[in-house]
Parts: sequence; C-alpha cells; structure tokens
Amino acid sequence: MKSHVIVFPGSNCDRDVAVAIKNISGHQPQMVWHKETSIDQSDLIVVPGGFSYGDYLRCGAMASTSPIMHDVVKKAKEGVPVLGICNGFQILIESGLLDGALMRNSSLSFICRDILIKPKNQSSVFTKNAQVAKMPIAHNEGNFFVTSQQLKKIQDNDQIAFQYCDENGNVNEHTNPNGSLENIAGILNEKKNVLGMMPHPERAAELAHGCEDGKNIFESILN
Amino acid sequence: MTNHNWQFQTEQSLVEKHGLKLDEFEKIVEGLGREPNLTELGIFSAMWNEHCSYKSSKFWLKKLPTSGKRVVQGPGENAGVIDIDDGDVAVFKMESHNHPSFLEPYQGAATGVGGILRDVFTMGARPVANLNALRFGEPNHPKTKHLLSGVVSGIGGYGNCIGVPTVGGEVNFHPSYNGNILVNAMTVGIAKKDKIFYSAAAGIGNPVVYVGSKTGRDGIHGATMASAEFDEDSEDKKPTVQVGDPFTEKLLLEACLELMKEEAIISIQDMGAAGLTSSSIEMASKGDVGLEIDLSKVPMRAKNMSAYELMLSESQERMLMVLDPSKEEMARDIFKKWDLEFEVIGKVTDTKRLILMKNSKEEASIPINILVEDAPEYQRDYIVQEPSPIKEYKPEDFDQNNLLNDLNTMIMHPDLSSRKWIWEQYDHMVMADTVVRPGSDAAVVRVHGTNKGLAMSTDCSPVYCKHNPYEGGKHAVVETWRNIIASGALPIAITDCMNFGNPEKPEIMGQFVECIRGMGDACSKLNYPVVSGNVSLYNETNGEGIYPTPAIGGVGLIQDLSNVKTLSLKEDGNFLCVVGKTANHLGISKYISIIQSKEEGGTPEINLDTELRNGNFVMDAINQKLIASAHDVGEGGILVAISEMCMSGNLGITIEIETNFPHGYFFAEDQSRYLLEVSPNNYDACQKLANNNNVHFEKIGIVGGDKISIKNIGDQHISALKRSFETGIKQISQL
Repeated sequence: MKSHVIVFPGSNCDRDVAVAIKNISGHQPQMVWHKETSIDQSDLIVVPGGFSYGDYLRCGAMASTSPIMHDVVKKAKEGVPVLGICNGFQILIESGLLDGALMRNSSLSFICRDILIKPKNQSSVFTKNAQVAKMPIAHNEGNFFVTSQQLKKIQDNDQIAFQYCDENGNVNEHTNPNGSLENIAGILNEKKNVLGMMPHPERAAELAHGCEDGKNIFESILN
Repeated sequence: MTNHNWQFQTEQSLVEKHGLKLDEFEKIVEGLGREPNLTELGIFSAMWNEHCSYKSSKFWLKKLPTSGKRVVQGPGENAGVIDIDDGDVAVFKMESHNHPSFLEPYQGAATGVGGILRDVFTMGARPVANLNALRFGEPNHPKTKHLLSGVVSGIGGYGNCIGVPTVGGEVNFHPSYNGNILVNAMTVGIAKKDKIFYSAAAGIGNPVVYVGSKTGRDGIHGATMASAEFDEDSEDKKPTVQVGDPFTEKLLLEACLELMKEEAIISIQDMGAAGLTSSSIEMASKGDVGLEIDLSKVPMRAKNMSAYELMLSESQERMLMVLDPSKEEMARDIFKKWDLEFEVIGKVTDTKRLILMKNSKEEASIPINILVEDAPEYQRDYIVQEPSPIKEYKPEDFDQNNLLNDLNTMIMHPDLSSRKWIWEQYDHMVMADTVVRPGSDAAVVRVHGTNKGLAMSTDCSPVYCKHNPYEGGKHAVVETWRNIIASGALPIAITDCMNFGNPEKPEIMGQFVECIRGMGDACSKLNYPVVSGNVSLYNETNGEGIYPTPAIGGVGLIQDLSNVKTLSLKEDGNFLCVVGKTANHLGISKYISIIQSKEEGGTPEINLDTELRNGNFVMDAINQKLIASAHDVGEGGILVAISEMCMSGNLGITIEIETNFPHGYFFAEDQSRYLLEVSPNNYDACQKLANNNNVHFEKIGIVGGDKISIKNIGDQHISALKRSFETGIKQISQL
C-alpha cells in the first residue's frame, strides 16, 4: 500500500490527511513537493486542501500548472486513484481532470461547519461503502457549477459522488450550504478513479474529532 | 503650539510630527552629542512611542506576578513560554491592532493576526490556535456593520489561509467603542522546551540576515500612528495601514520552522511594529552588541527608497536573524526552496551602536543604550475614582411574569447571542486537533500526536472595569480561569492586552493602575502568572476614551483529553447543580443594561478565597469523573448560562429551586459560580466533596424534555430560545 500526498506552497491540510491515512492504513504516505516531476508507483494520490499559491489568481489555477501536476494527470489517466479535497478539488478541476467549476459560496462568506453528505454513486473505489456521513466543510469557493449539458453527462454516467443532505438523506435547498448545483459536494471523473470533494473527511477521522464518518472513504480505498 | 525656547536647527514642527516632546528631543541631542538627522529622528520616534517603549505603563506592568513553576519565559521576549510537560512548551501572546482596524478593518485585523503569529513562530513554536478579543460600538451605529464584517473577514482571511485554526474569542458592543474599536489577536503555539529561539544577537562578525517579503513603503510610522488619538481627519491615516499576505507568511512559517530544526539560528526577531528599526535594535540591545546594516542590501519592492523609509516601513511577513556563518548556504537553500527573499544585510559588531550604511554613506549611528535603556519612562499622575456604588434591588421592583420574556430578549442581544455567525467564517478545525470548538467556555486543542490538550479563553468585561477598575481587572483574569477550569483543564498562565484611553489624563491612568492592581491580586491568589502582553493606549476619538479594557487570554493544560468538558447538557435525568452562592447582585448586569437600558448598580465583587476554593472543587470533581458537563456562570447570570447548556445539548430542564426573588436569582451576576451536570449516581460524592471543601453546592434542576420549565413561573421551548439566540449578531450583518 503506497500513497502520496502532494504539497504545494500554501497547502495546509497536507499533514492532516497524512495523519488520517497513517492512522487508517498503518502506512505513512509519502509527501511530494510540487516542484518534483514524478511520483513512484502509487495506490492513492491525494491533492490536499489549503490555499495553494494563496488562492490569489483563481483557486487551484496556479497549482494546476505546478511541475508535479503533469505526472498526477498522467497517473490519473492510467487509472491511479486520485483524491482531491477542498482546494485539491479546485486544483483537479483546474487541471482538467474533473468537470465543472467551483464558484464563491452563495453567502459570499467563508463557511466552516459540519454538514452531511450522501453518496450518489455507490460503486467507485471511493464510494462503494459510503453512507450518509457527517464531516466539516471549510471553504470560500465551494459552490459547484456545471453547464446543463455537462450536468446531464455526469448524471448519466453516475459521476456525482456526494450530495449535501440531512440526517435522513434528504437533498434539498435547506441542506445546501454553499449554493452548489444539485447540492453536489463531490464528483468523479468518467473512469471513476478521480474524486474531488469539498468536505474534509480527514477532519472526521478519529474519536477526538467528535465524529469518525470520514474514515469510510479512506478505508474503502486503502484496505 | 510654538515653543519660544526652541533653539535647535531641526524644525520644531518636524519633531512634533514625529510624536516627540521637547524634553524628549533634548534627551536625544544630549545622548547623541549632536542633533539627529532625519533617519535618526525617525528611529527615535519609532522606538520612543508608547507602542514600542511602554513609557507610561512599564512602571506599573512590573508589578504583575510573572513567575511560577511552569513559567519558562515571562514578559520581555516575543511571547511567553510555559511548560506543559514531556519536554513540550506552549508559547503565546495577545496583541492589539486597534487603530489600523478602525481605519481599514480587513487589513487591520488581518495584519494583526499575521503579527501575532510571527511573534509565536519566531520563538520556534508551530502556531496551533488563534483567538481574538473584539469590541465594537453600538450594534446600530452606522459604522458597526462595516467594521464587524471587515474585521471578521480579515481575521478569517489571514488565519484560514495560513492554516492555523481560529478556535475562540470574545466580542462585545458598547457605545464607548463607536469611534475606536478594539481588535486584539492571540496566538498559541507549541515547541520543544530545548528548541526555543530568542532575540539576543551574539557572535561578533556573524551575519545579520533578512528573510521574507520585500520592503515597500507601506505602514511607515504605523507604531507612531497607533500611539496617537483619533480625530475627524483620522481617515487620512489609512495609508499607514499595512497590507497582509498570509500566503507569504505561510511560506515564511514553514521555512523558519524548517531552518530551526538545524543548529543554524543564533537569534531571530520578527519585524513587527516599527519594522527593521525595532527588530534590529531589540536584537542588539538584548545581546549587548552593536549591529551594522547596509540598507542598500535590503530587498526592496519600491524604487529609490530612502534610509528613513527602509527603517520605518512596516511591510509585513519579514524576519531578521543572526546566523551561524557556516550554515549560511544551507539556510539560503531553504528560503530559496520556499521562494522567499534571503539577504545578508549586515553583521554583529562590538560597537554597541546601530550603524546604518547606504551606498557606502553612513546614514545613522546611534548608541543602542540611548534608544533602549535611556528611553523615556513616565510615572504619570493618576487619580483613582470612587467605584460606582452598589445598588440593592428588591423583588417588588420586578414582575416575575416577564422573566422568560426577559430571558428571550437578553439572549437575542448581540452581547449575549450566539457568535456562530462569526466563528463559522473562521476555519476552526484545520490541523485536525481541535477537540472543543468555539461556543463552549474554553476552546481545547490537542497537542499534536499526544493525548493531552491546551484549553484557552479570552475575556474581559469593560463595563465592570469602568465602574470599578480594581474589581474589573480581577474579573478579567478570573473569568478566563473559570472558563479553563470548566473545560476540564488546569489554568497555567495568562497574556494580557491592556487597551486604555490617553494615559496623560490622570483619571485614565487611574483606571490603568487599578486594573493592574486587580489583575495582580487575582494572578497571585490563583497562581496564574502573566507571561506576555501588550499595551495599547490613546484609544480615544475627539477626546473621548474607550472603557478600560484589559483583555486577558488564559491558557491551561489538560493532561488527559478524556477529562474534557463542554457546556452541552448530556443526559435526561441528570441533575443540574450550581456551585457558589447567589446574592442577587444585579448591578450593571446584562439584565439591567439590556432590559432596563441602564448602566448602574456597581460592579460585582470577587472574593478570591471563594474563587480559589470553588475552582479547585470543580477541577477535583472533573478529575474524579463526577461531572457530565460544566459551564461557568458569566454575564447574564444563571438563567442565561442554563439556556446555553440547554441549547447546546438540545435538552431541556426542569428548574425546581424556589426563590422569593426570581429576577435576582436568575439574572444576578454574583461571581465565582459554575453550573455542573451530575448524574444521580455521582451526586452524593459531589455533595460530599463540596462539603469537605466548604463549597456551596446545590441542586437546582433535572435535565430532560425540550423546554426550560421554572417552577411557579412557566416554561419556554428550547427551539424558540435557539431562534432568538441565533439572531443577535447575524442581525447586525443584515442591517
């Protein structure tokens, strides 16, 4: 079991996700500096949250052109599982691995709180055991948007990974924290080996976090 | 204001513009043996202003207790350091950024956070938590909405980006801050006890290295501005507010911590207020050496910057360090990796002077001791005013039928309502070690990779301080102590941020002196020393001073995270008990201010013996695992505290206690009280422990249902209370 966590200048959830992976799989992931150009054989590449390059241009835009991203894209196309969380999701969109765009939250303010998500796709390596789960979001730009054509495509192809919901799995405008289209909290690529999601499973991954629902995603891919 | 005795070449107006008095200028001339040039005048101005020199406050600050078994470093360094066992230390400090935040709330608050973060990581600590203490004017004042939303997004904008969770804070609203808000930011970091870095320069000939961002023309004379009062033209001072770049700070943090793992840094100092001036002089003074700096080597963002501008710029995200010369190349590589400036700009000398060169020309030469040891120090005149009289209230003055309505009105008020609208804009969970999130008494952050944690809380009641500065000073300290205890921790030490008006007015100086006396008495009694702090004076607009506001940030240690307590009620059938006596002290309570719109009746007094006993009892009961949840009784009194426990736990309560003065009992702000939720099985043990320690402990109700029901008075649904509670602050943002 070999996993890799990419570190950009401004990443700030790199350590958190590495701790979660270590706790869950027993294996220490390798941290990969963005200036490197290739990743060894890997069973999981994580693009972590944070503010890569300060989010100064457009979230994820500059990081998507970092040297290491060529290899991340290449590995993703070869079928290596790639998980982008929060800023990582934004980077994966900017690098063309995932459809859509992440706009500013409809409230126009940063939101940090627990939300609930339910899996829509239940067959990918990430979501095969997923259930309604509680975990935090912490972002300013998580308002997912795609064109109606793209939406149809990702719906038809079962690429919607998670939707914001309530305790009973109901998806509606009251359970939508940021204005995302169709309450989308995470999406997959066509081959379903790349997942981008706004919520932070690594922050709900041990008892001290008050909730362990986030472990499921890591467990399904690491074990 | 022309002085006819002016006999210097230097223009009097130029000296005044630099915030220096005639006698201070005379002192400079005497010290130098000549008149200073412009660069030197700027340096003296920056070093001798109130913000950097503590000239009005030093004498009094020395009276605070600063030592203790766990104190590793008290006041005088970039931040205080306390021992938290196992070779770990906690490093923390609180600092004000009041004046800039009023002028430009987003950048003012953001750079306040950036500055205090640097103070902590300069010492070798990784910052693990940010807190703040905020004061705004009246909720409906035309500026409040703009200032509140600007400050909150500035704090979030900086903290969220750098990836340090903002876990707690306090906020209140009062007309005395209409023209002068307060933004106090606190950072807590963790380091290894044998890896703490200090600022004293050493090693004659060693290189002085500049790292971080380039220097621009921003923030020139910020510290002097922060030591002056405001008037109508204050908006013109906007250009003195610095602009923050949290991304660069994140790089600087990682680069510094990476370099600190090596044995390369001899001393390090961040460039905060008064930038290159105060950092270089601080390092030289602490090390009793001289520094020679070549200003043409300073990385510059703007063209043709003068020596004066370079020395006084407050550009952010910069550090100065003295390196072991054999490690220079290794250090350069680390900073290069992080895309940061790294430039050797000078060397340590034995001249004990600060010598500044630019393009081979000497721009300044000042003996360090005149700048530091000979800095002016004043024992300003002070008048201690009589505290406001304590008023006795009688049951017949209140209608008990209104009690629950009054409760509802109170928890809707921005001073008591939920702060969720604020803390949801802060990433309070990044680093994945936040154990107790904002909204409880104290926030708790795990020490990474261990099962222990730090509890922290910021507090102050300016209204208490205004009406009785001595008791108010005690209260600010004690309130953090209680919050830390109620979260299951052992309180260890505090940092203070002393926000006051103009110290040249004897009554303001009297407030300062009395607050310090109160704080000192509380700290001594509770074995809770001051390890760091900051003073912000001249918080006045058009001659009107703010209320005295000694904001306190307390830190405590939880050895075993399974002992962490929150305020949420946990289980049906448990008993809710009160610790400490209630004597119907309604004076200047939230009840009187919110419901009666008055500010009268006198500050409640604190008996420190009782305080210590009650606090120790709560600590013992928690450590003996007798307690399900705990909450201190603060502003608003018992019923507000009970409501908070109910709303947080989504559980109701039946209050059985009988009283002939319901408003007095339920809204009084008598001190030294806590609410404890105890299971019936543990009740006897708790009662016995209380009796043995001579602590007043009394069951007041039974947890359960979805309402607060008070015998003989009525009931109120928790969900309805919650709706009121959530509106208060949010409403300001929608005004």
